[in-house]
Amino acid sequence: MSGNGYTADEMMSVAASRELRDGVVCFVGIGLPSEAANLARATHAPECSLIYESGTIGAKPEVLPLSIGDGELAENADSVVSVPEIFNYWLQAGRVDVGFLGAAQIDKFANINTTVIGEYDEPKVRLPGAGGAPEIAASAKEVIVMLRQSPRAFVEKLSFITSVGYADGGDARGKLGYPGSGPSVVITDFGVLRPDPETKELTLVGLHPGATIEAAKEATGWNLKVSDALETTAEPEERELRVLRELKERTEAARKAG
Amino acid sequence: MAEIVGLREAVAEIVADGDSVAFEGFTHLIPFAAAHEVIRQKKKDLTLIRMTPDLVYDQMIGAGCARKLVFSWGGNPGVGSLHRFRDAVEKGWPKPLEIEEHSHAGMANRYVAGASNLPFAVLRGYVGTDLPKVTETIAPITCPFTGEELMAVPALTPDVAVVHAQQADRKGNVAMWGITGIQKEAVFSAKRSIVTVEEVVDEFEPRPFQTILPSVALDAVSVVPNGAYPSYAHDYYPRDNAFYEAWDPVGRDRDGFESWIERHVLGVEDFAEHLESIRAEGMVKQ
Repeated sequence: MSGNGYTADEMMSVAASRELRDGVVCFVGIGLPSEAANLARATHAPECSLIYESGTIGAKPEVLPLSIGDGELAENADSVVSVPEIFNYWLQAGRVDVGFLGAAQIDKFANINTTVIGEYDEPKVRLPGAGGAPEIAASAKEVIVMLRQSPRAFVEKLSFITSVGYADGGDARGKLGYPGSGPSVVITDFGVLRPDPETKELTLVGLHPGATIEAAKEATGWNLKVSDALETTAEPEERELRVLRELKERTEAARKAG
Repeated sequence: MAEIVGLREAVAEIVADGDSVAFEGFTHLIPFAAAHEVIRQKKKDLTLIRMTPDLVYDQMIGAGCARKLVFSWGGNPGVGSLHRFRDAVEKGWPKPLEIEEHSHAGMANRYVAGASNLPFAVLRGYVGTDLPKVTETIAPITCPFTGEELMAVPALTPDVAVVHAQQADRKGNVAMWGITGIQKEAVFSAKRSIVTVEEVVDEFEPRPFQTILPSVALDAVSVVPNGAYPSYAHDYYPRDNAFYEAWDPVGRDRDGFESWIERHVLGVEDFAEHLESIRAEGMVKQ
């Protein structure tokens, strides 16, 4: 808890939720992205349409789902369709404006690893794998990535590229033939990173209140570039914090009630 | 035409050692009861196919039923790792597990190709990722009409598909609703199929987003109330998130896992007894 009465994780969720514009169609990953997307829907973006890969379109969960296919997601959805339909007719067909992803590891060109740490055949850590992420990263018009910043997560070289950001940087992504334009922003518990317009290298463009450049650099496994026009993220508003906490309290209560 | 038969008989007749089997159900309607019957009958050398292995395959892998896993996301949703799956991949326990991994989009299209009796499916994906380097069943293909470079993935044609649904009627037609994921494609892609259901009814009522699997497309239908527990059956019972959390420490430890399987799966007669058995130990909260 910072001196201002909110945690770094809360700041991260609020900052990520602000990236979601009202009215967009958003393909939501489970965990932190789902929390931020539902915060956005409950505050400034009531008309955004949340899609989960289990097949729910226009999901309106009252509590945060533990899994990607909780009944809560189907209950008040605009439609529930099959998994091939979600990936083919929605994502591949270009009907998703924003893909909202988490990650285990990310590199300086916003490529994502959720497969293994170490060698593929003899992994140090076997992670869950791809899920929907590769095609979300490929085909959503833009991608928002959200993860906590640490040297283990922000690495110079990924053990495995599960989902493509900007590949080797520059115009490398363009040559892959994907319709989506790639990650537009990475939100962390320290601040906000955006790809450099030319090199596509992730650059620190914003710091959350209380975070420092030094700490952000220390939490990054490569030499993190810092924008000349570094901004400070606006602190969470009272309403944002209240809605976020109520959402989490409802979720906790629902889980305990089982 | 589907026969309405007991689950033990259905599994004994339809699942053979060495088969490729797809137990599908995307978080919802996961066929746990059928999986436990496979474990109890000590089926082995199975190729397990499933988009999200979930606890159901963690249990089957740990119990030694699997030779190979074809999948796209292997975690305990919202909780963390599947420890039996990881132990098999990382340490080869209880036996080495060959893996073939895809993305969800790849798996979904592979089932569609299988259900359509086509040799492969085409999608826009995988390019630039490391998946084609480690998975032989991903290959580039050029569109003969436009020249666009795409990716091809071979059809999935499991020997057996197993799914759970809410209802069957007396002719063996099956109704499922809510999130129905990939189950229809899995059933149509497979050579044989088993469906477990919550109950048999005289007539189906209209439901939002309902899918009907006609009896003529199925082989066996078995009635197993609560057969998807600890996942859920929409309009019957909710997902027991507490069980998913309680699984983490059970799955972490080899001895603890083996003892759990012995007490609650191998040592019981059927799924109803399994539920009584875990309830007696306080593992069921709802």
